[in-house]
Amino acid sequence: MKIFCGKAIFRGIAIGKILFNSKNKQQVRRNKINDIDTEISRFEKAKEKASQELNKLYEKALKEVGENNAAIFEVHSMMLEDDDFNDAVIDKIKNQLVNAEYAVAKTGDDLVDMFANMEDEYFKARAADMKDISERVISKLIGEDSSFQLKEPSIIVAEDLAPSETIQMDKDKLLAFVTKLGSSNSHTAILARTMNLPALIGIDIDSKWNGKQAVVDGYSGKLIIDPDKETFEKYIKIQKDDLEKRELLKELKGKETITKRGKKINLYANIGKPADLSNVIEHDAEGIGLFRSEFLYLDSDDFPTEDEQFSAYKKVAETMGSKKVIIRTLDIGADKQVDYFNFGHEDNPAMGYRAIRICLSQQDIFKTQLRALLRASAFGNISIMYPMIISVDEVKQIKVIVKNVMAELENEKIDFNRDIEQGIMIETPAAVIMSDELAKEVDFFSIGTNDLTQYTLAVDRQNPKLENINDTHHPAVLRSIKTVIENAHKAGIWAGICGELGADTSLTETFISYGIDELSVSPTFILPVRKAVRDSE
Amino acid sequence: MIKFNYVITDEIGIHARPAGLLAKTAKTVSSKVVIKANGKEADASKLMAVMGLGVKHGNEITVEVTGDDEAEAVVKMEEFFKANL
Repeated sequence: MKIFCGKAIFRGIAIGKILFNSKNKQQVRRNKINDIDTEISRFEKAKEKASQELNKLYEKALKEVGENNAAIFEVHSMMLEDDDFNDAVIDKIKNQLVNAEYAVAKTGDDLVDMFANMEDEYFKARAADMKDISERVISKLIGEDSSFQLKEPSIIVAEDLAPSETIQMDKDKLLAFVTKLGSSNSHTAILARTMNLPALIGIDIDSKWNGKQAVVDGYSGKLIIDPDKETFEKYIKIQKDDLEKRELLKELKGKETITKRGKKINLYANIGKPADLSNVIEHDAEGIGLFRSEFLYLDSDDFPTEDEQFSAYKKVAETMGSKKVIIRTLDIGADKQVDYFNFGHEDNPAMGYRAIRICLSQQDIFKTQLRALLRASAFGNISIMYPMIISVDEVKQIKVIVKNVMAELENEKIDFNRDIEQGIMIETPAAVIMSDELAKEVDFFSIGTNDLTQYTLAVDRQNPKLENINDTHHPAVLRSIKTVIENAHKAGIWAGICGELGADTSLTETFISYGIDELSVSPTFILPVRKAVRDSE
Repeated sequence: MIKFNYVITDEIGIHARPAGLLAKTAKTVSSKVVIKANGKEADASKLMAVMGLGVKHGNEITVEVTGDDEAEAVVKMEEFFKANL
């Protein structure tokens, strides 16, 4: 038994025989030609065939993996038609009197190099696309069929895989991919995720593995060749459990989140950046209950502009359509270092200058964010949520600022949602105690259980010595949650939980008995929580 | 020649698909359309050249339109950028 470590692209287990895909790299010779016109027409015909093949692949991909993933073949068609590519090939045939194969290979290599030398990861990864395109044209010139078919279920091991090779394979016989090259951004990696195929990259592959029994562990990124009996059986069991879990959850997709008695719970997702949206949709969240806006500030060297923020919020709102998107205003403080804020050192950052406290004292930062949020509210169903509230007075101050910003936008004739829903996070004992008064001022409450637990129990959640008393099920925390929900309902507003406790399925039934209206959890917990709700009274 | 500036809002930048659509759009006008970014320039009707500029999210580009139909062409190009990038 031998174990190799790489990077996992998709979590899952595959067990089966290895098929080593040793691509006969097309040997292209440089030949001198006499008849320029014939050579150019050979190139044109090969290109035509390649183009037809790409159209077919597009249709196949559209059916099997959806429009987003099929788009790559449309892109390949466009790249194939590029003037610079075509001119360079024809120029080489005419002026260097070389055969079409060589002219295409050389032009392809030049463009591969151009992409490979670019800084940005996305553009770098396009080198693989260019290579795929030129190899396709060359194979048409040589008259070889470049696709290879699977005879039995196999784990494909290869130096690298082009997206077109991945699509051409018979899905039912494809167990996993293991490659030496490739990146987690490559189209093949994206396809593996879409097709739910365990995949590893960065493994130092060996052609001697062909035909051997192997396990691909997409959780730990391991490839195990010739597993011993114990390992083999262990993985058979993990794979079976995985499958059962996945099937169960698949059944819950598209189902309503209702209790046995028919009470509907709004089940939303917590996200930290627009890129998380695909996860939200994949796990079937009914909206976004917490969109942390911090990424805009943390990923930046300076305060993000109104337009930068607007385009990020708008994108999320548009993607979610009519579904609710609750965006939390800036929640950073001295525990998260952002140079341009010049926070300075604080002895007790958890209780320091953070979140709404920054926004109310440096109002220009707050106003920029509010303007961006309000402008984006014209493009979807956005709600705004304010963090770290301790008093009714803070809420009143916020309302004055929001009113002023709205007046500004109106003056500038900029469209926004006048009735935008506004709520607060309940994460301090002060907010719990004042929740009856606070409920009269806002449209909703969302309980941040992580901070609420820390502040209620006076237990630093970062301190490992206190782990034994950091009891998230402490009756004081649960009683606080109950109080907040009751006070919300008395004032006719809704209450939810967006902290980690919301995903704790051992408490789902308890929260429902308190009358909870909404739970917002990480995307991967959506379906397990839906199950817990449906199993509750 | 008429020109305008535009800040890319697409999350990836001018990536392959919009670059391809850009090339198609640029070919529908008879004016020459040039994109300037990061100190380099490229003919908008050439997708590889445009991708070679490596234009990312937040980058400001200058689009220069020169030719007989430049007045209409510039409107068309601006619309294209707003809708796709």
